[in-house]
Amino acid sequence: MRYLDEYRDPVLARALLAELAQVTTRPWTLMEVCGGQTHTIVRQGIDELLPGGIRMIHGPGCPVCVTPLEILDQAMAIAQRPGTILASFGDMLRVPGSHTDLLSLRARGADVRVVYSPMDAVDIARRSPQRQVVFLAVGFETTAPANAMAVLHAAELGLTNFSVLVSHVLVPPAMTAVLTAADCRVQGFLAAGHVCAVMGWTEYEPLAATFRVPIVVTGFEPLDLLEGILMAVRQLEQGRHEVENQYARAVRRHGNDEAQRAIRRVFRVTDRTWRGIGTIPASGLALTGEFAALDAQRRFGVGRLTAREHPDCVAGDILTGTKTPLDCAAYGTRCTPRTPLGAPMVSAEGTCAAYHSAGRRRPATSRAAR
Amino acid sequence: MCLGIPGLITEVEPVDGLRTATVDFGGVRKRVCLAYTPAAGPGDYVIVHVGFAISVVDAAEAERTLAVLRAMDGVLEQELNP
Ligand code: SF4
Repeated sequence: MRYLDEYRDPVLARALLAELAQVTTRPWTLMEVCGGQTHTIVRQGIDELLPGGIRMIHGPGCPVCVTPLEILDQAMAIAQRPGTILASFGDMLRVPGSHTDLLSLRARGADVRVVYSPMDAVDIARRSPQRQVVFLAVGFETTAPANAMAVLHAAELGLTNFSVLVSHVLVPPAMTAVLTAADCRVQGFLAAGHVCAVMGWTEYEPLAATFRVPIVVTGFEPLDLLEGILMAVRQLEQGRHEVENQYARAVRRHGNDEAQRAIRRVFRVTDRTWRGIGTIPASGLALTGEFAALDAQRRFGVGRLTAREHPDCVAGDILTGTKTPLDCAAYGTRCTPRTPLGAPMVSAEGTCAAYHSAGRRRPATSRAAR
Repeated sequence: MCLGIPGLITEVEPVDGLRTATVDFGGVRKRVCLAYTPAAGPGDYVIVHVGFAISVVDAAEAERTLAVLRAMDGVLEQELNP
C-alpha cells in the first residue's frame, strides 16, 4: 500500500544502516518514546542491526501499559453494575487489574464491548437509552482528539446515559521524567510521530535545549525509524541538540489546530499516575468543568479504590528503560501474552509483548545488556 | 490502540452533522471522521487513529523523504561499485 510499502524497502534500509555505520564514531543511547515504534523496532530486529554501540531503550509510550491500576479497577467496578455497558478499546480488555480483567468479567456476564472508535460508544448509548454507557477514555495525545469529539458529540445529542472514565496521559512530561531520573542514560529521543501530528513539536524545543538532547520526530515504518536514528546520531556526533522532523509527510510544526482546540475545550491538564512509574506532575488530561456531568468517576462514585500490582512484575523499570523484559524472572514463563502478569505483556505496543512475539529469549541477555 | 495507519479517502459524506469518509486501508474499508482534517477529500491519504483522521499525508514531503533515501542508496552504490 502507498505510504507503507515504500518505507519498508530493504535496499534503502541497508543504505541507511551503512550510512549510520559511517557517521557513528562512539556509542550512543537513544530512546524511542512510542510503543508503536518499539513494536516495529523489535519485530523487525532493527535494534540488533544497528552498528555496534548504538543502543535503543524502549520508552513509556504504551497507553495500555501506563493506564493506572486504579482506573482499571474503577472500570471493572462500573462494568459489574447491573444495567451498565462498559465500552473500551480492545487492548484494554486483557490488562490485569488488582483482582481480574475486563475479559474475565465479560465471560461472567458483564456487558463489556470493544469499540474501534469512541464514537461507536456514543452510538451504543444512543441506541440503548435505558442503559448507562461508559467509555474508558485512555491513551496519549493521539486518542485525545477522538475522545474529545465523543464527549462533544454526546453533549450535543443531549445524551444523559453516556459518560467517560478518563485517564489520558501526555508525552512531554513523561520525557522530562525520564530525563530527570537519577539513572537516566538516554542521550537522544525519537519522538512519537503521531503525537506530534496532533500537538506539533514546539513543546519539545525547551526540552531539547534544557537537557541538551536531540529530539527527532519520527514515523513508524522501518525506514522512518532508521532515518530518525541516523538524524539523532548525526546530531550527537556533531554536538547539536535540536528538534528535527523526520516524519514531514504527516507532521507539521504546529500540529493539528482543530484537534488541539477540541482537546482544550474538553480536557484540562492534571497530575496523573502512570502505572509502574508513579505520579508525574501535569502529565495527563481530565474533563473540564463544562463537561463534569459526563465524568463516570463522579456519576458512579468510584473515586478511591486501592490497588495492588503483581509482586513479580518489574513494569516500572521496563517503562523507564532501566530493564529489558529479559531481566524479568517471570518473562516467558509465568508471564506470557496468554497469562499476562503485567500490562506490558498485553498490548502489541507493550515492550514485553513485543519481545515475546518476536521470540526473544533469555540467552540474548548478554547482548541486550551490552 | 495507538497504531495510526495511512489510508485513502474514497468517499465523503456527512453523518450526524460530522464530515465522514470511507477510507480504504489496502482493501479494508472503514468509516473515518474528518472533523479534524476539514480540507481532506477523496484521493487524499490520511493518517487514522481510532476512527479519526489526524493528519493529511503530504505527497510532496513523502516524495522528498524517499528522494533523500534513494540518493543515499545511490551514493552507497557508487562507493561500492565505482
Ligand atoms: S514480563 Fe510480565 S511480569 Fe515481567 S515485567 Fe513484563 S509484564 Fe511484568
